[in-house]
Amino acid sequence: MIAGNGAGSGAGRGAPVTEGDLHAWLDGELPEDRRDDVERHLADNPEDARRFERYRTQRAMLSTSFGPLLDRSLPDTLAQPFAPPAGMATGAVVRPKRRVAVWALALAASLLVFLAGGAMGWLAHGWTGYGTGSAAFVADAVAAHRVFVVEVRHPVEVGADQEAHLVGWLSKRLGKPLRAPRLAAQGYDLVGGRLLSDAQGPAAQLMYQDAAGRRITLYVRPSTNGSDTSFRFAQDGNVQAFYWRDNGLAWAVTGDLDRVTLSNIAEEVYGALNS
Amino acid sequence: MPPPDPSSTAVDAGAIAAQVPRLRRYAAALVGNLPDADDLVQDCVEKALANRHALRDVSRLGGWLLSILHNLHVSGLRWRKRRGAEVPVEDLADDLALSAEPADRGSVRDFVRAFGQLSEEHRTILLLTGMEGLSYREAAEVLEVPVGTVMSRLARARERLRVLLDGGEETVVRRIK
Repeated sequence: MIAGNGAGSGAGRGAPVTEGDLHAWLDGELPEDRRDDVERHLADNPEDARRFERYRTQRAMLSTSFGPLLDRSLPDTLAQPFAPPAGMATGAVVRPKRRVAVWALALAASLLVFLAGGAMGWLAHGWTGYGTGSAAFVADAVAAHRVFVVEVRHPVEVGADQEAHLVGWLSKRLGKPLRAPRLAAQGYDLVGGRLLSDAQGPAAQLMYQDAAGRRITLYVRPSTNGSDTSFRFAQDGNVQAFYWRDNGLAWAVTGDLDRVTLSNIAEEVYGALNS
Repeated sequence: MPPPDPSSTAVDAGAIAAQVPRLRRYAAALVGNLPDADDLVQDCVEKALANRHALRDVSRLGGWLLSILHNLHVSGLRWRKRRGAEVPVEDLADDLALSAEPADRGSVRDFVRAFGQLSEEHRTILLLTGMEGLSYREAAEVLEVPVGTVMSRLARARERLRVLLDGGEETVVRRIK
């Protein structure tokens, strides 16, 4: 049996490296003081190193292979147990009546421009990879959304219970004053946030969740070319995003929601940041 | 949103609903086809909803649901019902290959097929630790086995899968500790 709660052999520094140590190393469960021993062992035993490289690939292939199942639409049998009984409001988010905003017109106009411009083929066939400007930005935002909304154990680095610290920290790293907009009117509460990096440097993700556990993310990074833009809309599979540049920051609101609902949220975010 | 009720810590049905895609991914990878996976997830969800007051710590919802699903799978409730209507793992392999990036299609198909040849026990341990991201301890709780068993099972499963994918001799896993 393994002694203590640590994985691996439980032996201290310098003890012979075991098969269990190697797996614990691969799975991030190796006690810190054993890492040097394991890494030295792998350097000295290329066959073990190769074998564990294959194991690492296996791990990655699990997500690569089965990950797309997360995006499949559910059969009725799996949606049905959750239909709220008549007269019960639990879990159902009552959406406020949609405000018709001036920016909705701007949005309609920008959508036309966006579509007419081809938008780097993004709407038609996913990520084509040759976008560098806003298409690359929204691609990063959607990718980060997909990675973290499914996270159960660590959806955020800093939780909403430390919101002041979170906002201060992210503002400092992005070099711009940030805010975490209130989206309670839309039924979403802040879960927390995390610092990310993309090709442009630091970026931040804020995650919100509604009573039904649905998550949306705000992705923000300093905007390199300064001009503000109106709202733009992008879609990749079931994930949709509204994005724009404003006051030196590029923002994206991403969620697996219908366009109207998401546009209401984007409007709320935009309004909160400019109030 | 419903007002917070301090006397009730029961998990919201919506929170369970939010886990369904993840449970479905796990179940499909485990049983090798979507129809059986959907049956299993449906049973799991019904049981979870019926027992949701038993979950004390809502942050453990994911592991709790996996435990329920695991126990249902092991008890084989659904397999007796569905006997004779087996859907081959090849279908899932082809299906998932089509969902993959073009460059990954071949490797995804090979991987899903090889994975389908593993024993239930080996598939389970690889999925819990590798795909669901459970720690050894959490996986041990789901499976109701000691942590040492998780580790030795994981080592054997990885090596078995490596041989299925790469061919060659199986490295006899030396002592785990």
